[in-house]
Amino acid sequence: MSVNTEKVFIKGNQAIVEAALDANCRFYAGYPITPQNEIPEMMSKRMRDAGGVFIQAESELISINLVLGAGVAGARAMTTSSSPGISLMQEGISYMAGCEIPGVIVNVQRGGPGLGNIAPSQSDYFQATKPGHGDYRMIVLAPHNIQEMYDFSFEAFDLADKYRNPVMILADGLLGQMMENIELKRGNKPKYPDKDKKWALTGAKGRHGQKILSLLMKPGGLEAHNFDLFEKYKNMEKDELRFEAFNINEKNEYLIVAFGTVARIAKGAVKKSQRNIGLIRPVTVWPFPYEEIKKAAKNVKKVFVFEMNMGQMLNDVKIAVEDSSKIEFYGRPGGGVPTSEELYSFINKVK
Amino acid sequence: MEEKKIYSRPKSLRDVTMSYCPGCGHSTVHKLIAEVVDELGIREKMVGVAPVGCAVFAYDFWDFDVTEAPHGRTPVVATAIKRVLPENIVFSYQGDGDLASIGMAETLHTANRGENITVIFINNANYGMTGGQLAPTTLIGQQTTTSPMGRDAANYGYPIKVAELLSQLEGVKYLERVKVTDAPSTIKAKKAIKKAFLNQINKVGYSFVEVLSSCPTNWGMEPTESNKWIDEKMQEYFPIGKIKDVEK
Repeated sequence: MSVNTEKVFIKGNQAIVEAALDANCRFYAGYPITPQNEIPEMMSKRMRDAGGVFIQAESELISINLVLGAGVAGARAMTTSSSPGISLMQEGISYMAGCEIPGVIVNVQRGGPGLGNIAPSQSDYFQATKPGHGDYRMIVLAPHNIQEMYDFSFEAFDLADKYRNPVMILADGLLGQMMENIELKRGNKPKYPDKDKKWALTGAKGRHGQKILSLLMKPGGLEAHNFDLFEKYKNMEKDELRFEAFNINEKNEYLIVAFGTVARIAKGAVKKSQRNIGLIRPVTVWPFPYEEIKKAAKNVKKVFVFEMNMGQMLNDVKIAVEDSSKIEFYGRPGGGVPTSEELYSFINKVK
Repeated sequence: MEEKKIYSRPKSLRDVTMSYCPGCGHSTVHKLIAEVVDELGIREKMVGVAPVGCAVFAYDFWDFDVTEAPHGRTPVVATAIKRVLPENIVFSYQGDGDLASIGMAETLHTANRGENITVIFINNANYGMTGGQLAPTTLIGQQTTTSPMGRDAANYGYPIKVAELLSQLEGVKYLERVKVTDAPSTIKAKKAIKKAFLNQINKVGYSFVEVLSSCPTNWGMEPTESNKWIDEKMQEYFPIGKIKDVEK
């Protein structure tokens, strides 16, 4: 089947559904939580129409472990949730990393801590990029428009299969609920077909039994496994790093580092400003574009870090920028969303 | 003289030394499952899910596909595998901590959805792997490392009868409690395990076999004494027999 493009005007949450189905994901499990409820609602029909499996899980623990099990059986599987639900999934994500089981997790972030609220937030940057127990990494893609909600969710399945590792989409309530015109790519074939997954457990036909595990009790066994995993993570860092350089030039006086929704808002401030401001938008927040930020920050007067939290990516920018006294942070926690005027006036106040 | 082979190691059981203590019920039940799998000719269709607990190493003992699962999430992982591979034979093998404590929600919802899987539940009334702590199935008065004065209901609540609890759910088709303390009871246990797998093959639905199983090391008893304790004490609270059997 050839690839057909199709223009549609849809919500971010629906874009995720379309992407999963177009990427041949045939297993979805999810538990209701705002602001991502359109996803399980749509999946409950669309996934079954596509001949796949839809399970309304009875908790996020069950969601992620269904995805883990589907991955064991070699299927492309996805779950979606929002911040408090992602906290519950951390156990399963760690097991997936340890057992090397692919799967896609979408986090349509909301305000926290605790039950918080249902407004857009970026307060899960830590739990996405510095996730649960054990020493592991996973690719985290941070979209900033609805086309990217679709594209990244689509590509996440290939990345998960390529590395046999969980992949997270780090969106937020604004991206989930907003509508935009986007282009869908119907008929794309997965780069890693399910039938090629020789490691998957589908029955020991003509062979001995296979096992999938993360428990390695023999002395040195787990350490060796960790070294192997980190060889893999090194390849992810080398080959999968993505960022957008917006208005980056040699004469930049200022640099903004922002991801997701805030990057989009900050672009408005860059366009509005009389100053020459460059913007680096980490597209993968893990791996993180340390070198690119370091380079772009070298000759600027100030580095602005804007986030919808109290400074989480800020720590990574501090690692990247040699002189961290140059950094000016502005954050809106608890579901606060800045306007471009707000960012513009913050920039203007800084000498 | 013509020789007739009357017994051999099941093909589905690897020729390795198991990690279980002498007298432990796990090794017996492992063998029964392997025999049933061979007899039903389903070795190449099997996908087992091993729990967290002493049986986590089950994947080293059975010679068919077996995955690990996070503690208590065992039936959920089995559910997903069965939904993806409906023609395969999928089962979860779980202890009392895994199934009735940390995984109780998973156990109930899997049963309630009536997933067409087989669940083998090893009830040895304590947490074996971690050193014999109180389990949800520990008997009243039973001493464990976290109930050194014995389980009293006021402080620890009552032992849970999981099979009876599950019997209320419409999705559940077959529930039987067995033991493996002597030859006759072991033969009966094998029959129940076989039925639980046959039900899956025949698409009858969720089938669950609870095995009262000994843990001599943590109970501080000789293996023979342990079996006697099951026959006399455990069985009094957890009666042996069929609890539910709904034919398709």
